Amino acid sequence: MSNETKLIFQHSRPGRGANAQAPKPVSEDQLSAIPASLRRKQKPGLPEVSELDVVRHYTNLSSKNFAIDKQFYPLGSCTMKYNPRGANRAAMLPGFLARHPLAPASHSQGYLACLYDLQNFLKEVTGMKGVSLAPMAGAQGEFAGVAMIRAYHDARNDDGRTEILIPEAAHGTNPATAVMCGYKVREVPVGKDGDVDLEALKQACGPQTAGLMMTNPSTCGVFERQIEAIAKTVHDAGGLLYYDGANLNAILGKVRPGDMGFDVIHMNLHKTFATPHGGGGPGAGPVGVSQRLLPYLPTPMAGLDEDSGEYSWIDTDTLPTSIGHLSAFMGNAGVLLRAYFYAMVLGREGMIRVGEYSTLAANYLLKRLQQVGYTAAYPERRASHEFILTLAKEAKELNVTAMDVAKRLLDYNQHAPTTYFPLLVPECLLIEPTETESKEAMDDFIAAMEAILHEAKTDPDMVKEAPFTQPVRRLDDVKAARELDLTWSE
Amino acid sequence: MSEIPAELRYRTSHEWVRVEDDVAVVGITDHAQDAMGDLVYVELPEVGQVLATGEEAGVVESVKAASDIYAPVSGEIVAVNDALEDEPELVNNEPYGNGWLFKIKMADSGELKEMLTADQYQEQLDSE
Repeated sequence: MSNETKLIFQHSRPGRGANAQAPKPVSEDQLSAIPASLRRKQKPGLPEVSELDVVRHYTNLSSKNFAIDKQFYPLGSCTMKYNPRGANRAAMLPGFLARHPLAPASHSQGYLACLYDLQNFLKEVTGMKGVSLAPMAGAQGEFAGVAMIRAYHDARNDDGRTEILIPEAAHGTNPATAVMCGYKVREVPVGKDGDVDLEALKQACGPQTAGLMMTNPSTCGVFERQIEAIAKTVHDAGGLLYYDGANLNAILGKVRPGDMGFDVIHMNLHKTFATPHGGGGPGAGPVGVSQRLLPYLPTPMAGLDEDSGEYSWIDTDTLPTSIGHLSAFMGNAGVLLRAYFYAMVLGREGMIRVGEYSTLAANYLLKRLQQVGYTAAYPERRASHEFILTLAKEAKELNVTAMDVAKRLLDYNQHAPTTYFPLLVPECLLIEPTETESKEAMDDFIAAMEAILHEAKTDPDMVKEAPFTQPVRRLDDVKAARELDLTWSE
Repeated sequence: MSEIPAELRYRTSHEWVRVEDDVAVVGITDHAQDAMGDLVYVELPEVGQVLATGEEAGVVESVKAASDIYAPVSGEIVAVNDALEDEPELVNNEPYGNGWLFKIKMADSGELKEMLTADQYQEQLDSE
């Protein structure tokens, strides 16, 4: 591996350039439309580099990536499963790739058919009554979901509902979504076994309750056993139930949020349906709803006229109660096609195996890591598709923290698990292997974790200095947060 | 071993209170700042804001966690520690001194009796 870690600006030499790629000079005539006050006085501070400089720089950088294509990537809550190449190829068929978003429905029948079928697959696997593929990311799916809860209460003139309840073990984005939609957040405590404190929930529910947002399995990595009682409590108070699909992988084909009593769900196709996570996107966060929220689904959606067999767009002209558009067109087309292909290849039977094998892999890892000396946060509970270790003991006795172990894992060519999340477990690692990892890959990870625990006991100072083999040593994330500076200057 | 000054009162959620006449100076404990790690951001209430006991008064954020701060007593915010905007590390370095968060004019000084003494707070930490 090349250890060059220069910035592209540091390769810059005055007068060097990639002339063949340079934009044509702009005439004074063309500039005249731009007011003088808005025109640049100086050249932009771009690096002056040759084409070869650029190619080498970025190729070298790309080879430094930790990635699911190169390493085991047990990033809990993120479901970093393999993204099948076949799904990529299908989404890049010329008929899909060259389709213009404004092409009429009559010219988009194949594309619309795929989306219509995907809506139905997602409906069936989640047990919801309707699905919209419009949200372009998990966060937008959450926003759409809570916006529908709001639209539902508004339509009934039920305007005293100002609060969204959120258990401590919920996903971190949930409170942000509730606030974005104009609600106050009330936190509901979680018991020592990882389940919601049902008595506290009963106390918190009332005429001010708009809904409850939760993840099941929760970010504690355990399945909420009282879900039916929770649903009844919230529904009896007149609130609706929101399901954050972050952990859908664990229950795929096994249990359905619709059957648990949820009114609205968002799914992260970039997790559960194996589409790429990319560099922060593009994602896809379809929403599914129960009967009473059908009128509010975001548009456009794919529709089918059963008589003519023609597919069409359903938009706000035919569904005026919809919360409306979330973007100019509909979702991230290429991502949705990849998820469609993935679902087609898996079929009903395959979906069940996703849930089974992701859970089996997590429980195998958990047991083996306990055997080599790590402490489970919820030792009496079976893991879902992920689980939590707590290094509180190691931090206290050896002064080696969860962050130190995470950094040292990089030296063993293993991507670190999620650290310090969820917040309610001290010094935690949240580990999610997914169903696509082999036993051998997991055994390598276990061996690395065992070796690090031994190092922590015999040479803690070394572990605290890790990593040693990466292009950079331990970064000062505190300084980066306190003195954020994203502008290059000499 | 974290420092727990005997003359202060504490909340189970790790805030401390120092009484100056009818004003309560509020901060987070040494134990709390140590558990959070290096703070990178502190969000404070606004002067003039009236808070009930246990109501959210601000947020402290480190690179690994964000944690709500609750009003340990009810009353009106009469001052906030503006220095923390540029130097959140004051909370880490001097949690009981220059790292104070805000001052609240107490509506009912009787509420202080419901708070933990240094010994009781130590007991809570021991049992965690």
